[in-house]
Amino acid sequence: MTAKVLTANRLTDGIAVWWSAKGEWQTVLQGALVANDDEAAAALEAIGKRDLAANLVVDVALIDVNVVDGVLKPLRLRERIRADGPTIEYAPTCRAKEEAA
Amino acid sequence: MYRYDEFDHEFVRERVAQFSDQVARRLAGEISEDAFKPLRLMNGVYLQLHAYMLRVAIPYGTLNSKQMRMLGHIARKYDRGYGHFTTRQNIQYNWPKLSDIPAILEDLASVEMHAIQTSGNCIRNVTSDQFAGAAADEIADPRPYAEILRQWSSVHPEFSFLPRKFKIAITGAPNDRAAIQVHDIGLQLVTNDKGEIGFAVYIGGGQGRTPLVAKKVRDFLPEEDLLSYTTAIVRVYNLHGRRDNKYKARIKILVHETGIEELKAQIEAEFAHLKDSELKLPEADVDAITRYFAMPDLPERPEGWAQLAAWKKADAEFARWLTQNVRPHKNPDYASVTISLKPIGGIPGDATDEQMELVADLAEEYGFDELRISHEQNIILPHVAMADLEAVYRALKSGGLATGNIGFITDMIACPGLDYCALANARSIPVAQAISERFGSPERQAEIGELKIKISGCINACGHHHVGHIGLLGVEKKGEELYQITLGGSADENTSIGEILGRGFEPEKVTDAIETIVDTYLAIRKDPSEIFIETYRRVGAQPFKDALYPAKAA
Repeated sequence: MTAKVLTANRLTDGIAVWWSAKGEWQTVLQGALVANDDEAAAALEAIGKRDLAANLVVDVALIDVNVVDGVLKPLRLRERIRADGPTIEYAPTCRAKEEAA
Repeated sequence: MYRYDEFDHEFVRERVAQFSDQVARRLAGEISEDAFKPLRLMNGVYLQLHAYMLRVAIPYGTLNSKQMRMLGHIARKYDRGYGHFTTRQNIQYNWPKLSDIPAILEDLASVEMHAIQTSGNCIRNVTSDQFAGAAADEIADPRPYAEILRQWSSVHPEFSFLPRKFKIAITGAPNDRAAIQVHDIGLQLVTNDKGEIGFAVYIGGGQGRTPLVAKKVRDFLPEEDLLSYTTAIVRVYNLHGRRDNKYKARIKILVHETGIEELKAQIEAEFAHLKDSELKLPEADVDAITRYFAMPDLPERPEGWAQLAAWKKADAEFARWLTQNVRPHKNPDYASVTISLKPIGGIPGDATDEQMELVADLAEEYGFDELRISHEQNIILPHVAMADLEAVYRALKSGGLATGNIGFITDMIACPGLDYCALANARSIPVAQAISERFGSPERQAEIGELKIKISGCINACGHHHVGHIGLLGVEKKGEELYQITLGGSADENTSIGEILGRGFEPEKVTDAIETIVDTYLAIRKDPSEIFIETYRRVGAQPFKDALYPAKAA
């Protein structure tokens, strides 16, 4: 099975989040809890459904990732961009704001 | 421009209060996402890849300084210091918090703006010619009619749940700058033998996965019948448009599947019932709305003629900007200025908070408080005295807004693409940036002449690729981005849909492919006055195919 992680967007501000190995939603991909078998994937899916119902997150999805030397890399470009942010320098102030977020 | 009356103010206030309550209940967990999603979409709030997105309506692309200043304020206070002007003449913010949306909508309401009907299966923002009211070639200002349509379509009870979204565009000039033939309804102001104003009416145009040029259903619709005929069209569509498949739900598909003659007969039958109803436009009402759009009182400024000649001689860069970005006005002492939001290597349509404020200041000081947004993602000062052009240019230059490239290859339309959009399959912005860098030199752009490149990151075609002289469509193939190239599209009075040339190109090869196409054009054009689209129409796709796919040609 392709490794999977659980992702969503936070309800209050829509920021992309990933379910971490620490058992919480975090705003970075690295450190996300990886499911390597169907049972673990089902457990992640259940967490997603629970937190969607609890109105913590929206747009919940399990996504495919590669794990190379402990570094997570989503298979789809779409998910890589969600994780890394826009691939462009979109405004003079963007970096500072991103760091502050 | 139009000013809200007490009814408008009350309506928007009530809507802000209603949606604020819905947001509060959502954040408190009292409404599920399934229940909330249609409510937020009705108020312009999308969820994109990284965050929510708020789309704010700019009716027919017209706004004043106060409103532009507020757009800048919102960018700074609630977003990341910028906004993106769109091909629908609207603005989108890419990073607002849901919890801030009520405050943003209150701020917008304070300057007579809102985000209603910027999403959903309803009649969207009516779009128009960015030079409306100023253009020397127009029969009449189309904005009063756009405003009448806006008022009629706002929360129209019959048309709030159409089979799919519905877009109306209107032009007052025979030279179509509003792309009316790729809209659900396209209206062109015309006059009849008696000199009366009316409309040529087109229906069923559109882009997306099934691009179609609109069909004309009326050569001359009398002014007084605008709303009754439009109602007849939308009613027939609402009744018979498909609801079983969202990809076949637009009126263009109904036109295509029913046949234009049959559909026209149905519209005319419906119109016969409506013609003498309360929808008939009273002349007094048209006059009253028209007065809101009266030309500002433009004092005589003949000194500009001589001054311009001297300034042009002294500053080649200013002269280039003047040639590309400034166009004639109804009043010979004045001109319309297009402020390019396409700096070389920049992001098409993006403006920072400070740039929005600068533009607002210029409109106030030199532009009779009027601004426009074009569907080509630029900002327009419609009325500037020629004597003030040099001062305007200097100020724009200080804000990074003086790129003299309107109509040139670097004046591209690009959708947000996969850098932001949840629907996209490929990125648009970096592709536009690379092309812009490659062709950025003023001399090279001038040598190439008018050439419109339009880029979409998915088949929904928000970047209008189907009607680009050169169109680029980003697709995902085996997990990688690939760009299909179309040639021969245009969105003017001779609207055409571009044809796909052949297999697509990887991101790193797109700019080279564009260069091959441009070089081919330069080699085969009759003379520099024959622009790209004319050459393409003369010679067809083959020379470009031969150049792009040499192995296949051999």
